[in-house]
Amino acid sequence: MRNIAAVLQKELRSYFNSPIAYIVIVLFVGFSSWLFFRSFFMANQASMRLYFTMLPWLFMIFAPLITMRLWAEEKKLNTLELLMTMPLKDWEAVLGKFFASLFLLVVMLLLSLPLALSVSALGNMDWGPVIGGYLGAFLMGAAYLSIGLFVSSLTQNQIVAAIIGFFLCFVMWIVGENIVVFMAPASLAGVLEFLGLGAHFESIGRGVIDSRDLIYYLTVIGFFLFLNVKGVESRKWA
Amino acid sequence: MIEVKGVTKRFGPKVAVDNLSFEVKNGEVLGFLGPNGAGKTTMMRIITCYMPATEGSVTVAGHDTLTESFEVRRHIGYLPESAPLYLDMDITDYLSFVAQVRGIAPSERHEKIRRIAEICGLQNVMGQDIGTLSKGFKQRVGLAQALIHDPDLLILDEPTTGLDPAQIIEMRELIKRIGREKTVILCSHILPEVSATCDRILIINEGKKVASGTPDELATATEGSVTIQAKIYGPEAQVREKIEGMEHVIGCRVVESPPGGPVTFVLKAKPNGDLGREVFKMVVENGFSLSELKAERISLEDVFLQLTTKERSAE
Repeated sequence: MRNIAAVLQKELRSYFNSPIAYIVIVLFVGFSSWLFFRSFFMANQASMRLYFTMLPWLFMIFAPLITMRLWAEEKKLNTLELLMTMPLKDWEAVLGKFFASLFLLVVMLLLSLPLALSVSALGNMDWGPVIGGYLGAFLMGAAYLSIGLFVSSLTQNQIVAAIIGFFLCFVMWIVGENIVVFMAPASLAGVLEFLGLGAHFESIGRGVIDSRDLIYYLTVIGFFLFLNVKGVESRKWA
Repeated sequence: MIEVKGVTKRFGPKVAVDNLSFEVKNGEVLGFLGPNGAGKTTMMRIITCYMPATEGSVTVAGHDTLTESFEVRRHIGYLPESAPLYLDMDITDYLSFVAQVRGIAPSERHEKIRRIAEICGLQNVMGQDIGTLSKGFKQRVGLAQALIHDPDLLILDEPTTGLDPAQIIEMRELIKRIGREKTVILCSHILPEVSATCDRILIINEGKKVASGTPDELATATEGSVTIQAKIYGPEAQVREKIEGMEHVIGCRVVESPPGGPVTFVLKAKPNGDLGREVFKMVVENGFSLSELKAERISLEDVFLQLTTKERSAE
């Protein structure tokens, strides 16, 4: 626990000591607000539905930007050698880094709260789907981050980590999309629909919190964090 | 303190460390010497539990690096080559992170950091980002993180690379001071560094041990003889005859013979016995007089070159 906290604090210091955190947060809030309000007034409905529809696509880009440096930089600067020769378990380092990126994601989500408050001030908004939407966004974002973190452990190039991370998030999202499911062989359709990140997000977003969706997200997060531990361990495989 | 037994490390077909065995005793400063690419860093990475050996075993303070890696890591302070540090952190934050992972209680952290900053001469740069420091200061921060938990064993991989001459001298002084209390392994391809700081030297080449011993032992062993320069007053031919008659002497030549001054002889002898003493006795017994007696040692540079090139030519 102490080690996870130590790594978490270190990563947060690195984020907020450098411009990365500020750039990512400001760009995210700016982008998401702009995209939301440009269609919000046309729709003329006091609802956050539009916001939560575009969030997966924004997170797909922003999550790998948050995670790209976490391992790639350690490898590039060779600080990994120092980190991994301290009395620290690989999984503790992985969790510390994951929670640091999650913290940034939560800050991004919290900063979108004024958006929800403005909308509710403009009309009679149903808060159920909004709360569901935030929970879904948190889980989906966490899943994207675990994917991004895993990819970052495979390379020492941050740009490569970001691009491959984005691609993997994209694949994990679209495998459950109707068009993919429709084109896939019938035997695979059910599996793909279940595997895709999207369907679960939508069902939580409707305000229906099903334990299957929660378990699904936790499994995806756990799986990629496990792969991440293996990725860090790979230095020992030579 | 450290016991390395038959360690081999392969990266695919490449053998980085080849059946290497050695011991480091408590309180010893061991120079781990070898040309670039000899397998020094790989061996250090195995000792520090960064990667396992393909074959063989390593124990540190009685703990096996494979099965008790956590215990081993607690005993070691490690400064990898070129001091890899988080450039976007400031020194205090960084050292406090290391202290936290090293299990130093929050109440003691501040004092430990202050003390280690003092030892490593970092007081004046404490608030700065590591990225803005000069190479010398970065190296000191690296040393500070390796020492903060007061480890029994300190492993330094090429600690003076990239430093200017004044910084190199300072760093060596620092290592010497630390070496009085701790067991130290100093990896280097630079000879004066090792001979200036180490009790014992282990030379490796292409992953294999080629020699080990104190700097003096290595010099003698490689040369196979000792050389002495003696300035003696007396008739040249007569002195020469007496010298050649001495028990272990295998060669004698005159370097200088100024009129009225002492004759300078260079003697070579087998390494057994004390040649200086024998020369002195011979001079007294024969009624000559001695002006100067100087042992000439083969330099470590020569030892190193001889050993590492012998290997290559033997192949």
